[in-house]
Amino acid sequence: MDKALLPEGCPRCSLGKFLIWMAILGVVLAWGGYWMARIFLFGIGETALDNTFGFGLWITFDLAVIALGAGAFFTGLLRYILNIDPLKYIINLAVIIGFICYSGAMIVLALDVGQPLRSWFGFWHANVHSMLVEVMFCITCYLMVLAIEYVPIILENRQLNKIPFLHNLAHNFHLIMPLFAGMGAFLSFFHQGSLGGMYGVLFSRPYAYRPGFFIWPWTFFLFVLSAVASGPVFTMLIATIIEKASGRKLVDFKIKALMGKIAGTMLLVYVPFKIMDTWGWATSVLPEMGLTFGELFHGVIYGQWQLWTEIFICGVIPMIMLNVKSIRENPTWLYTAAILDCIGVSINRYVFTVQSLAAPVMPFDKWEIYIPNQAEWAPTFLVIAYGAVLISLSYRYLPIFPQERALNAAK
Amino acid sequence: MSGAQQSFKILWGMAIDLDKCTGCGACMVACQAENNLAPEKDASKKQRVMNWLKVFELSNGKPFPDHDTAYLPRPCQQCGNPACVPVCPATVTKKDEEGGIISQVYPRCFGCRYCMAACPYKARYFNWYDPEWPQGWDKTLSPDVSVRPRGVVEKCTFCHHRWMKAKDKARVAGNDPYDLPEGAYVTSCTEACPNGAIVFGDLNNPKHLVHKLAHSEYAFRLLERLGMDPQVYYLSRREWVRRLGNHHLENEKTGEFTPLGGGHHG
Repeated sequence: MDKALLPEGCPRCSLGKFLIWMAILGVVLAWGGYWMARIFLFGIGETALDNTFGFGLWITFDLAVIALGAGAFFTGLLRYILNIDPLKYIINLAVIIGFICYSGAMIVLALDVGQPLRSWFGFWHANVHSMLVEVMFCITCYLMVLAIEYVPIILENRQLNKIPFLHNLAHNFHLIMPLFAGMGAFLSFFHQGSLGGMYGVLFSRPYAYRPGFFIWPWTFFLFVLSAVASGPVFTMLIATIIEKASGRKLVDFKIKALMGKIAGTMLLVYVPFKIMDTWGWATSVLPEMGLTFGELFHGVIYGQWQLWTEIFICGVIPMIMLNVKSIRENPTWLYTAAILDCIGVSINRYVFTVQSLAAPVMPFDKWEIYIPNQAEWAPTFLVIAYGAVLISLSYRYLPIFPQERALNAAK
Repeated sequence: MSGAQQSFKILWGMAIDLDKCTGCGACMVACQAENNLAPEKDASKKQRVMNWLKVFELSNGKPFPDHDTAYLPRPCQQCGNPACVPVCPATVTKKDEEGGIISQVYPRCFGCRYCMAACPYKARYFNWYDPEWPQGWDKTLSPDVSVRPRGVVEKCTFCHHRWMKAKDKARVAGNDPYDLPEGAYVTSCTEACPNGAIVFGDLNNPKHLVHKLAHSEYAFRLLERLGMDPQVYYLSRREWVRRLGNHHLENEKTGEFTPLGGGHHG
């Protein structure tokens, strides 16, 4: 029924099957939408957040998806500015994922603030000393850049592209794409950094506080590095998931291995710095505050296992795996390393958000526990479902994988 | 914070004698009534309860008969180098008014809660729900303090409205509103404390008792080590109490540390 809209030479499942899939996602969207409505109506008192945990699941999720969405700016930078040509086979997907991650983060942020209608006050009454202001400006601008980058991909639709104006518009957009890739890289670098800086500047929170270079705490640089070390493989993993779901080859494995190599190279930079940072924090920052390393961990939920998992199992191991050619070129190992890498960055964002707040600062205070409730989980899954809808529609109706026809013809 | 810490001619501050405090909670109640804090619907959710001034229980951790306790009332510490001010994205909270009290502009706050994450004293509270006063209770509302809507952060203001009134009174009497005598402006918690444990005044004014108490050998400040320069001093003759005011490494003597420089951003 919708055959005329499908990319030429790229068969897709029946419309009925596709609609069933959309209906499943629709159920998740409805569940999330219900809780979103409740939160807008009754406030975030509906959540499990409290005066200790002003930040919780949503901020963790935001920071994680923004890091994982870094594939968009970094792949764009490598493709358009540094001219690594083979990345053109995956750049469309990277842009779409970036758009989903950033717009999804915006949805969650709109929910997370106490007075959503005043969200613009951060722009109007901006406090230039606040890292959060930098984050707000950069994320908003970068989302616009991503939207502009998404437009030509949409205009590639078979029917839309028949319209001469839209065809030419798409063509011209492609021509100026290096400019937007450059802007995206600039904006993204700063807000990834500012997100890390947001925590690093908290000199009153021993778990998060880091000294640094000039006005930027070390977390500023570590967040940038960890994002570019995980974003590319996240894009690659999503491509693989679409391949498994559709049963079609979409991206040449060499490109996937290349994405792995890029992430691995960045891990090679990130992981040693992360280890040095942790060492400096434990042996210098904490003692100056009168604290020992052990005092910043507590029980199982806030135990040291998370730190070791993040640094070694999800840092050092994927770093080695992605840098050894024979391992990287084995699909199973490549995907395993990529998954570990993505888990590592998510743990990092979680502990900086939740453990920083859970750790008591007043010596007589105690550790607190935070367990997100349905009001937080439902909108989080809504964003995931929203991402799945956008990817499904894009895959079905847009020629986002330039290699698709060739790869499947050879099969 | 940018540049050097701002200095003020008047520096409103407190000295709280923890050896006099019995933990009765009168200060908390007085604060609640004075500042129009709405009654809690479910006060069992302790992490959601709003107390601009909260009394913490301290223990020396020893078993009977050596066990000892102390109570520590914690208002906003009105830090000289606050952690909350530089992080606020919308310039809601500032420390720029004579007197050194940290402001909170409720109509400008959009509820991001970054200031709460920054405050190590947990002195900042979020309005999780719309404030509601049961029928008739609204008659107890003070006309001097605005009520706050759902979704904004609030905190102790050292009963700032009382300072405004004291200044007005001085002006009417033909006196200098910026040279108030001791007691012309005190917070509601100071007034309510039955034991006189809380002393309020100008830390910069040698004629004020608080100035003298702040220089006592038994005085300490909460988390002074982090470099936040709080304007609330605590006093105790018990060393274990003073030791609990800051983190100490095992080999460090009580109070022997160099406060850190505080934030470096911006």
